[in-house]
Parts: sequence; C-alpha cells; structure tokens
Amino acid sequence: MKNASIGGYILRRLLQTIPVILGVVIVNFLLLQLAPGDLATVIAGEAGGATPEYIAELRARFGQDQPLFVQLLNYMGNLLTFDLGYSFRQSAPVLDLLLDRLWPTLLLMGTTLMVSLSLGILLGLLAAFWVKTWKDHLISVTAVLLYATPLFWVGLMLVLVFAVKLDWFPTSGMENVVAFHEGWDRVWDIAHHLVLPTVTLSVFYLALYARLMRASMLEQRGLDYVTTARAKGLKDAQITRRHVFRNALLPVVTMAGVQTGSLLGGSVVVEAVFAWPGLGQLAYQSLFARDYNLLLGIFFLSAILVVVVNLLVDIIYVILDPRIRLR
Amino acid sequence: MKSFNARFYGNPRVYLGLVWLALVLIAALFAGVLAPRDPFAIVGQPFLPPGSEGFLLGTDSLGRDVLAGLIHGARTTLMIAVLSTVAAIAFGTVLGALAGYYGGIVDDILMRLTEFFQTIPWFLFAIVLVAILSPSAMNLVIAIAVVSWPPIARVVRAEVMAVKAREFVQAAVVAGQRDMGILFGQILPNTLSPLIVTGSLMVATAILIESALSFLGLGSPGQMSWGFQIGAGRSFLRDAWWLVTVPGIVILLTVLAINLIGEGLNDALNPRLADL
Repeated sequence: MKNASIGGYILRRLLQTIPVILGVVIVNFLLLQLAPGDLATVIAGEAGGATPEYIAELRARFGQDQPLFVQLLNYMGNLLTFDLGYSFRQSAPVLDLLLDRLWPTLLLMGTTLMVSLSLGILLGLLAAFWVKTWKDHLISVTAVLLYATPLFWVGLMLVLVFAVKLDWFPTSGMENVVAFHEGWDRVWDIAHHLVLPTVTLSVFYLALYARLMRASMLEQRGLDYVTTARAKGLKDAQITRRHVFRNALLPVVTMAGVQTGSLLGGSVVVEAVFAWPGLGQLAYQSLFARDYNLLLGIFFLSAILVVVVNLLVDIIYVILDPRIRLR
Repeated sequence: MKSFNARFYGNPRVYLGLVWLALVLIAALFAGVLAPRDPFAIVGQPFLPPGSEGFLLGTDSLGRDVLAGLIHGARTTLMIAVLSTVAAIAFGTVLGALAGYYGGIVDDILMRLTEFFQTIPWFLFAIVLVAILSPSAMNLVIAIAVVSWPPIARVVRAEVMAVKAREFVQAAVVAGQRDMGILFGQILPNTLSPLIVTGSLMVATAILIESALSFLGLGSPGQMSWGFQIGAGRSFLRDAWWLVTVPGIVILLTVLAINLIGEGLNDALNPRLADL
C-alpha cells in the first residue's frame, strides 16, 4: 500500500515535468530564431561566400524553408530523440561534446552540494544553539558577508591566496594531464584540483543554508509539539535531536532542490575561473565562438538536469515527510 | 510601538549601508565631474600599484586609472541594476496581481509560467539571452529582468489574495468599481511594503548578475563596469593583485549595503518578524 502510493506520486511528478521540458524546447527554438544569421548563412560564410542558390539549397536541406510551426515540430522531434544538432566550430555533434563535459560538472556540483549542505546545516544548528550570543552573531555576520560576495571574485581571491601566494593548490584545470596519473594517484590529483572550485561554489549556498537552518530551528523550537514533548518528560537533547532537528531539516532540503538551477549557473562562472573542463566552461567557450547551437544544447541539458534533480529531491522529501503524499 | 523612522534609522547596520550606498550614488551621479576623463583612456604607466602619484588605486595593464574605472563603473552597474529591477517589478506585479485577483484558470496558467522561470537554470538563461540578443546595456537589462521577476509575482500574488478578502475591497465591489480600479486603486497600494523589501533586495542580486555577466565578457561594450574590470584584470592576478581585489571589494560592499538596507526595511515594516 505504502509503495503503491509512492509509485503513484512519482508517476504524477514525472508527468508534471513534461510541460517544463516542452517549455524549454520552445524557448530554445525561439532563441535560435532570434540568433543572428541562420545555419545556412553561417556555413556559407565559413566556406568563404556562396551564391544565393547555394544558400537556398542549404536552407532547404536543413528544413529552413518550411513554415515556422513545422520547423518547431522538427526541432522538438530532434531534441526528444537527443539529436541536439552539430557544432560546426568544434566539428562534433553537440550531444557528444556535452556528454564529454557532463561528469566534471556533476562531480563539482555533487561535492558542492555535500559541503554546502553539511556545513550549512551544522553552522545553522550551532547558531540556533548559541542564539543571541557572540558566536551566533559571528556566524550570522559571516553568512551575510558571504551572501553578498560575487562568486567569481571569491574564486579569484582563493587562487590569489592559496594557489599563487601559498602554492597549496593548483590554479586551474581538473588534473595534471602531463603527469599521466593512474588509479588512486589520479583520484588524489583530481581531488586536489577540486578543492578550490568546490569551496568557491559552496560559500554562497553554505551561507544560505546556515541562515535557513537557524531560522527553521528557532521556529520549530517554539511550536506546540515541543511543549508536549517536554511535558511528557523528554530531555532537551532528545527533543532537539529526534524532533526539532528532523523537522527543521525539511525547508533546507526543499531549498537545496530549488537551488539546483542556480548551482548550475554558478558553476558556469566557477568553471570559467578555474578552467574546470565541465559544461560551464564549454558554455563560456561557445560564447566567444558564437556557437549558439552548442550554447542552447548546454541550456537544454542543464534544464533537464534541474528537472531530474528536482524530481529526486521531491522523492527524498516524500520519504522524509510522509504527509506530503496525502495532498 | 516605535515609529518607522525610529526603527529604520535607529538600526546601526542600516546606517552603515546608507552611508556606503550614498557614496556609490554620488560616484554614479557625478562620474563626469569626479573623473572627467574617459575611463578607457590610457593616462599613465601600466601596473602602477595603489598609492602611486596621482593614482590612488593604481593603474591596470594598459595604464588606465582604476579609480576612474570604479567611479564610471558605479554608474553603469547601478543604472543596469536599477532599470532591470524596475522592469522586473513592473512585469512581476502585473502578473502576480492578475493571478491573485482572478484566481482559477488565470492563476493556474500564470503560476505555471512563474514556476517554469524558477525551475530553469536562470543564470545560464541570462547568458544565453545576452549572447543571442548581443551584449548591450539594453539587452543586459532585459536579460536580468527576465530572470528576476518570478519572486515579485509570487509576493504580489500572495498579498493580493490576502487583501482581496478584506472588507474595504468588498465595499469597493459593492460600490460598483471596476476590476482594474479595485486592483490598482484599492489592492495594490496595500501590497507595497513587501514589494519594497523584495525590490530593494533584488537590486543587490541584479548587481551580482550584471557583474558576473560583465566578468564573462557579456557586459555592455564601451561602458566601464566593475565586473569588466575584474575580468580584464584576472590574467594579471600574479603581478597586479589590486586589479581584481579592489573592484571585488567595491561590489561586495555595495551588495552588502543594499542587503542591510533591505533587511532594515523589512524589520521596520514588519516589526513582528524582526526577531526571527
């Protein structure tokens, strides 16, 4: 019975993602129409000029002589079969380029999520525990400062201090390619390169989760069920650990899900700073190459990634809080 | 209960924020007087460190005055941030008001649209928009506004739904006022305080977005901005630390100042929530 209802919930949530994905496809298509110069003129330009007949022939080959609506349907069909087009700058199908760059970005996002959530929750807990003392103020002031700092600047400052001055960490890249590390040596090398980008991307979210966790703990602590638990004779530590903490976590989990899209955006900036070979850096490169097909492919894949992560968070949420399913 | 003024100006953090913001505003308004020369002009030796003769904050890799760049950058950055926030508030308010007032299917459609814009990776969307529309001050404003309006729509919708149920609105309905008259004349003026708070905090976010876009090379060409200065200086991090450090501190302080003022406004307008 329990499993059946979770299954039904997941199915319902899956269906809800369809309009979002369709929306992204339509937005992508419209942006492609807005982009200066269509594919045919681009190719003709790169071939060093072409006759109008040749351009017309190219347009017909790419289906660009058809009505807009038919083009949209073609485009949808292509995207839904994961045919994201071809990058003429990089001479490779967009999908292959994206899949190459996907895992470094996932690695960076994964470590960032772990660091920012665990430290943010811990700091928020401590601040709530020490509420209105100097330690609480210190945590709050730090959070407010981190909240206002531009991400790319944090990265550059960390490079300046920890890579240039102290030489503790490498300035850029994901691994030392010329060293040809293998096995655990390679893992260690990548981890070493991962530290500064992860810290950079984490600080903002760490501050966000710490503030949210503190507010959420303070709010939960004042609710009636805490009084009931105390009246039943439970000790304060038990109430905090078993009741208040678990309930206070829920808004933080929700927020972590909501922030996935913003995390991906942040990784563009961080990857540009650290030359981290992920989707963000690919986006940064495609900006200068004016490779719109590739850029929109990255946007599409990122949107799908966000939808998938949101789905996972919602499923975790249902497991954490069974009340949700009843709605 | 203390008055709004006492609660707002009596807050030392608000005071600090206002002082810094006033400095930035003066720089932005009187950029032409404070630094009459073109901020892109080469005026001295390259890589002069801060404190050099005639260049308080040094010069960059081409010999441009960093301080003059900051002063003119204040104008660009603030202008883009304020205009995009105004555009986002206008659009978000109309959408949120319609959704909250009419409810039902209108609400459903508009809220799905809002959710859509909140789900997609918004910074990447801003990058794509600016890249495709081509970088310019106008297109930066459009891109930042397009990714910023959803929170406004949500706030306004919630407020409109709450105010709609009050007696004075029912009285206006009975008195035969038209929908738009009720919405804009009766309901929206009562949603101002959360709108002011959200809007002021949004200017800070807009500054961060504008800086990040300029840093990535998508800034408005021909206009000096803080993010552009950092982007231009990052290749010389090893030898000229001030090129990146100084504009970054200016962005940090400005965003912090606006956040402090916004939170001060929130505490002063909603005194009951101030302790949370």
